[in-house]
Amino acid sequence: MTPMVDLMFLLVTFFILTTVISTPQAMDIVKPDKNDKQPENRLELKASKTMTILLGKNNKVAWYMGVAGETAPNIGPLANVGDDIVKNRKIADASGVAGDFVVLVKPTSGSTFQNFVDMMDELEILKVKVRQIDDDNIQDNEKQAMKEQGIL
Amino acid sequence: MPRIKVKRTSTVTDMTAMCDVAALLLTFFILTATARQPEPLAVSTPSSTYEFKVPAENNATLTIGQGKVFFEVAGVNVRKRTLELMAEQYNMTFTPEELKAFMGIGSFGVPLQSLKQLIEMNPGDRMKPGVQPGIPTDSTDNQLSAWVLNARKATKEINQQDMRISIKGDSKEEYPVVKKVIDILQDQKVNKFLLVTNAEAKKK
Repeated sequence: MTPMVDLMFLLVTFFILTTVISTPQAMDIVKPDKNDKQPENRLELKASKTMTILLGKNNKVAWYMGVAGETAPNIGPLANVGDDIVKNRKIADASGVAGDFVVLVKPTSGSTFQNFVDMMDELEILKVKVRQIDDDNIQDNEKQAMKEQGIL
Repeated sequence: MPRIKVKRTSTVTDMTAMCDVAALLLTFFILTATARQPEPLAVSTPSSTYEFKVPAENNATLTIGQGKVFFEVAGVNVRKRTLELMAEQYNMTFTPEELKAFMGIGSFGVPLQSLKQLIEMNPGDRMKPGVQPGIPTDSTDNQLSAWVLNARKATKEINQQDMRISIKGDSKEEYPVVKKVIDILQDQKVNKFLLVTNAEAKKK
């Protein structure tokens, strides 16, 4: 009977290991309302505490602090953007300007869904509380800078 | 001086009880293991560290992959009501048998005009690649928007709760395709969505 019991336990083990509780996880995403009729819903951002991250081609990002066009965007791989966020947050928090540190995520046409999810996940891990997704207002100077670097 | 005698027993034991337990466990696991629902549009979702379960009820899932969009609403009664509302809007009629068959179809991606043919097909044929071209999302005939809106109405009617919308996108899908779907939702003032992802271990 021993071989039979052996086989039984082998099967039991197999079924225990393969029945993975495969409940998919979900990520909560909120996008700004598109209603332009309520200008009071617009949020004012502090230039020194705002970091804009543009998601581009080949898993690369371009990021800059403050107003678009004033500083040239830094280009880097998406995997390293977390360090940049931490660095910029430190500088922004040390500046003494009131308000939260804000990250503006702008996925462009070159990026993939994976890039977008990775970016949002990174912000969640780093506990960046104020984050905005903006895929409508990608400005010309941003596009220009990304094109020059070949990531758009 | 007597030597200490170690009593030797036989190593053969009665295995019947152990075998019974093993068989019982085996039966239990085989019966509880749920076969994964086959999906007509297979996507590999990106992974994230978020820990939020996709709701089993009051939820519609939009699957995006290969530039196509597939739609599924949770709950068989809601699903039936959604089709009734859709039929009303597009001046079509579905027989009770067709409605019943539709309740059993999960994710699908055909224009409403060819939904009858899809219902008539046998399940194996439905899953074949190329059979389902995706739900039309053009501005001239935006059926996806109609499906979502009617599913929301049906959920509200039957469950008295708001419907959540999950987007299940393929990792390799280009962002503009996703944006197009999100824009359709935002036109209906749906600004909150769930993005379906795989669980990933948290970085410490």
